[in-house]
Amino acid sequence: MAGLQVGVQKKGIVRGRQWPFHLALSASVLVIAFPLLYATLIATQTNAEIFSFKFTPGSALASNFDDVWVKREFSRAMWNSLQQSLWVTVGKTVLSLLAGLAFVYFKFRAKWLVFFFVLVTLMMPTEVMILAMFRLVSGFGWQDTMASITLPFIASATGAFLFRQHFANMPVELLEASQIDGATPFTFLTRVLIPLSWNIIGALFVIQFVYTWNMFLWPSLIIRDDSAQVVQVAMQTLLNFGGALTFGPLMLAAIIASIPPALVFVLMQKPFMSGFVTAQDK
Amino acid sequence: MLIAALVTAALFGVVFLTREPRYRTPRRLGIGTTVSVAAAAAVPGTMGPCGFADESTPVDHVLFFALMLTSSWIALIVTRAIFDRSDGASPDTSAMTGEIRSGGFRTKPWVPWLLLSPTLVILIVFLYTPAVQTFTLGTKLARLGAPNSIDVCLSNFSELLIVDPVRLVAYPLVAVAAVYATSWWRRATSKETWSHRLAEVASTLSVLGIFVALWAIFSPGGDGQVAYRPVYVTTLIITIGTVATGMIGGLAIAYLAFRNIRGGGVYRTLLIWPYAISPTVAGILFFMIFDPTAGIFQYLAEVWFGVDVPNYRESAILAQAAIILASGWKILGYNILFYLAGLQTVPTSQVEAAVIDGASAWQRFTKIVLPSLSPITFFLLVTNLTYAFFEIYATIDFMTKGAPAGKTSVAIYEIIRVGVNNGDLGRGAAQSVLLFVAVIGVTLWQFRTSGERVTYGGAT
Repeated sequence: MAGLQVGVQKKGIVRGRQWPFHLALSASVLVIAFPLLYATLIATQTNAEIFSFKFTPGSALASNFDDVWVKREFSRAMWNSLQQSLWVTVGKTVLSLLAGLAFVYFKFRAKWLVFFFVLVTLMMPTEVMILAMFRLVSGFGWQDTMASITLPFIASATGAFLFRQHFANMPVELLEASQIDGATPFTFLTRVLIPLSWNIIGALFVIQFVYTWNMFLWPSLIIRDDSAQVVQVAMQTLLNFGGALTFGPLMLAAIIASIPPALVFVLMQKPFMSGFVTAQDK
Repeated sequence: MLIAALVTAALFGVVFLTREPRYRTPRRLGIGTTVSVAAAAAVPGTMGPCGFADESTPVDHVLFFALMLTSSWIALIVTRAIFDRSDGASPDTSAMTGEIRSGGFRTKPWVPWLLLSPTLVILIVFLYTPAVQTFTLGTKLARLGAPNSIDVCLSNFSELLIVDPVRLVAYPLVAVAAVYATSWWRRATSKETWSHRLAEVASTLSVLGIFVALWAIFSPGGDGQVAYRPVYVTTLIITIGTVATGMIGGLAIAYLAFRNIRGGGVYRTLLIWPYAISPTVAGILFFMIFDPTAGIFQYLAEVWFGVDVPNYRESAILAQAAIILASGWKILGYNILFYLAGLQTVPTSQVEAAVIDGASAWQRFTKIVLPSLSPITFFLLVTNLTYAFFEIYATIDFMTKGAPAGKTSVAIYEIIRVGVNNGDLGRGAAQSVLLFVAVIGVTLWQFRTSGERVTYGGAT
């Protein structure tokens, strides 16, 4: 949790009384946390308790959990999402590392053309072409497969440029020394570049994990089979539980679905912040 | 008509190139004009001259003509870049691609291609292919799940626009002319004069004129056209509302939280966590809060103020406000995170000098803090716009599903409604192209503006 100490140095020292700031900050924290606190309360209640507006923890946490985790098999959706997020994150990191290596440490014809080819994809978000992509990927017969929700997302201009930027700022002597030692591009990458890039890799991991875990629109189109569904879409099935809307399980599912990305974000805050300061240096 | 379009393309090529002296050689003008005409001819060449066919409407003619000129324009930009490269006038591309000076590895020439091949293959298959197919799909009558499709030329596009071809051409031309005229006026007047300030106001207003012109050319419905104007208005309201809420709120809270007070680190962590929350969960949380029967919002409004709030899903303003609140809340953590990082770059010396000079807290904020934050504000503006264009889909899907009467159906929601729920892929793809153009516009604006209008002074 100490990650945000980054660069808080001695700027903005408060002169005079501090309590107005404590008051304002506590109020902000409360306003931002309110939706989640309220959802936590609802997650413990039955519908009857919700409709009578009791603001004390209810009696139904265990049965709500049973509804979500066992009866609606939310555990399976969580597992699908975890697999998807890890595949995309790892795949994107590897591909971006390789692309960064090629851009910075090799000379080849038409490099500027390849560079523009990758750069232009920055203005091509998947969402604007989602119908064509749906037709294309369905045509591959990939509905309900893990490939359909991972492969299209494992290459990105952002990742390639992040590593390109990072490598370009490294001293040239690194390469010269490695070449004297007889390093191949592959050993140079694994022995020299990767150990020097953990901050960037960490930052990319957080961004990509959260992005993939939170994906909704694409899986909702291409995955139709409940057993292959990811959490964000699986929550939709909880809107209607046993013929009527029960709020408790829905809120509990929303909370459970937020735990993995929140955990990744909090645990990796330190590399994230320092890596992302580097990324911002551009 | 086809001949007229090609002649226009040739003239366009000449005008485009003669603006700068170094292209004014007979050879370059010849190449440029040929390329321009060829690119324009490529449009009827690939899809047939269908836009000028007898059964097509005047709006089809206008669109087809515009498409041919756009094709010329893109080809001319590429041609100019190639000229620049052969002149060595373009910036050193090795610096741009980040290549190191020593030359790098001396290996077989295919090694870098091998390293890049996975990235390139994925980009070609899953980005470039569907991008091109989005355009071609837009020219077809294609049903979801049906293997065959019929060519309908540009009718999927023209039915989104007003029927009157004169106004269709005039409004955008006037708006663009106004932008050019006012920016010329701004450059012609000297700084710190009244006419310069007036020119700056006019220049800002003329940019708004573009949005008004777009409003005017989208069809309000009727005449067999699709009512796209309401979708445009809804998208504008929800996008601007979300971005404004998220960014102003984010800056205000970050400005409170970056101070060095006891427990500052704890406050900061407790403020940025919504970054990890998904738009879906944001939708669910606010779905609960605003629920007309079980939600706390209605309950408290009644108990505390005696106000009986109507069902938010039945009122346009309430539904839009609820969506803006939920999506603004979700993006808040992200904005606070970046503004906290940005506030560290504010030059302390200037702030202290301003304190000594007796500047008020508000003056210090507007004259020193805001200008030195402008690079990060600009970056956030672009990422927040992207968020409000696309990610908002899940939030809307859980809270209102576009209700009431499409008043919360933003562009991306409408694309899925038409393309998937109604199964009309062609019409959905045509609307996707509009959104695509908007995204390209925002990105080009980003490329042009970064380093130009934003201040980097002092933010070293």
